Amino acid sequence: MRVKYVLNEVLVGLWRNVTMTVAMIITMSVSLTMLGASVLMYLQVDRMKDFYYGEIEVSIFLADNVTEGQIAAIEGKIKSDPLVKESNHETKEQALERFKVLYQDSPDFVAAVNADSLPESFRVKLKNPEDYDSFAKSLDGEPGVQRIIDQRELLQKVFNIFNSVQLMSLVVAAVMAFAALLLVGNTIQVAAYSKRREVAVMKLVGASNWFIQAPFVLEAVVAGLIGAILGFVALFIGKIVLLDNKLQALTAILTPVPNGNVWLMLPLLAGVGALVSAVTAWVTLRFYLKV
Amino acid sequence: MIQLENVTKTYPKASRPSLDNVSVGIEKGEFVFFIGPSGSGKSTIIKLLLKEVQATNGKVVVNAKDVTSLRSWKIPHFRRSIGCVFQDFRLLPNRTAYENVAFALEVIGKTKAVARRVVPEVLELVGLGGKEHRYPHELSGGEQQRVAVARAFVNRPLILLADEPTGNLDPDTSIEIMRLLDRINRTGTTVVMVTHDSNIVNQMRRRVIEIESGRIVRDQARGVYG
Repeated sequence: MRVKYVLNEVLVGLWRNVTMTVAMIITMSVSLTMLGASVLMYLQVDRMKDFYYGEIEVSIFLADNVTEGQIAAIEGKIKSDPLVKESNHETKEQALERFKVLYQDSPDFVAAVNADSLPESFRVKLKNPEDYDSFAKSLDGEPGVQRIIDQRELLQKVFNIFNSVQLMSLVVAAVMAFAALLLVGNTIQVAAYSKRREVAVMKLVGASNWFIQAPFVLEAVVAGLIGAILGFVALFIGKIVLLDNKLQALTAILTPVPNGNVWLMLPLLAGVGALVSAVTAWVTLRFYLKV
Repeated sequence: MIQLENVTKTYPKASRPSLDNVSVGIEKGEFVFFIGPSGSGKSTIIKLLLKEVQATNGKVVVNAKDVTSLRSWKIPHFRRSIGCVFQDFRLLPNRTAYENVAFALEVIGKTKAVARRVVPEVLELVGLGGKEHRYPHELSGGEQQRVAVARAFVNRPLILLADEPTGNLDPDTSIEIMRLLDRINRTGTTVVMVTHDSNIVNQMRRRVIEIESGRIVRDQARGVYG
């Protein structure tokens, strides 16, 4: 009976102020979509790091006038370094082969280059690409070494872009969340005002505090949950439309986003949406329904 | 049943206390009038007994419970042993007489079956038999106050507090309401009524406690308004 009463009050409450309820749900869902997108992006960057760091190489370009002895010394040093997973020595001829493959679309350019103009190098894979700095230091200034280039640095630029996009969506999520909070607070105030007679009588006859507050809090929670579901649907549609279709080429570089990760957003968004609404409603009631 | 011991209540920003060192005891089954001019502090007593406000100093004991030290989450349960009637009835306009009384039962967790058994009985007791399904705007002032009394009494409280219950009613209707309160008093319920309706006080000849500027100036067993 009491459960039925509370549920009925929740439905009536949501309907009584339906424009406000819709506004609350929309802001909530936009905020949660942004939050979901930013968490997905975070997970994606992690996956990409796993994937690309396995492929990453450090290139140690050797000077033109390098001697056999210096090459042997460098090679010995690389081989004995515990940070190194594997390494190979690329001669000028091998470099040319690679160059030809890389620029096969512009034969004129390839024809203008000969093996002598390309540097000799070592290609090194590290056990942990993050250890680049200490590895580079050990070889820096070694005679015969011209330049050490870390591919990770290039990748880092890509990740930096992701990080800033992620940060941006987090900021938007936070701003929208703030607007959503204000709307929840306002809706609860209006609800409390329109039910002030009932609340006064309930207090008078000794209804318990939870019983007085439950309909209001649940009203906010239901709106939060609907917002979360809408946000999740938006996220899923966005994933299918953008990543799987329109921007498929990008997905090839970005490594595919697994559906499992997207599904993971449903409990996350629902949890955040419900909890945030409940806490806001409860805090608002503390001020407007002194029990 | 009710014990005030050296109770002082000063509202924030007030220059003088609403109640100043008041001590009074009320036994079970008594019928007591608190009288005095507006602003004398008599309504503050009702608020203290309900713990709507907290005493600045002193001790308030109701039903052998020390109200002054009652934890806030225990207040709802405590209030179930007290019925309240006010000058403005405080009925829910979108509910019938029956529903108004039943609401008070439902929100403290009583089942609909209990309400179906108890509500018609109490409406009969207050003289509203046959008018259960009228809305407040379809009832006269006196009838509305009867609904309020029924709501206050449906729980069989030990104490009934009435804050100027006849303030909005004409003299004849007021007397009918007083008869009703008297009948409830005879069932053993302690009745505390705040009023400045001299007619009623003079007719009832019950204990009268007069308050002026926050102090008790008279406490008379079978008093008149004076």
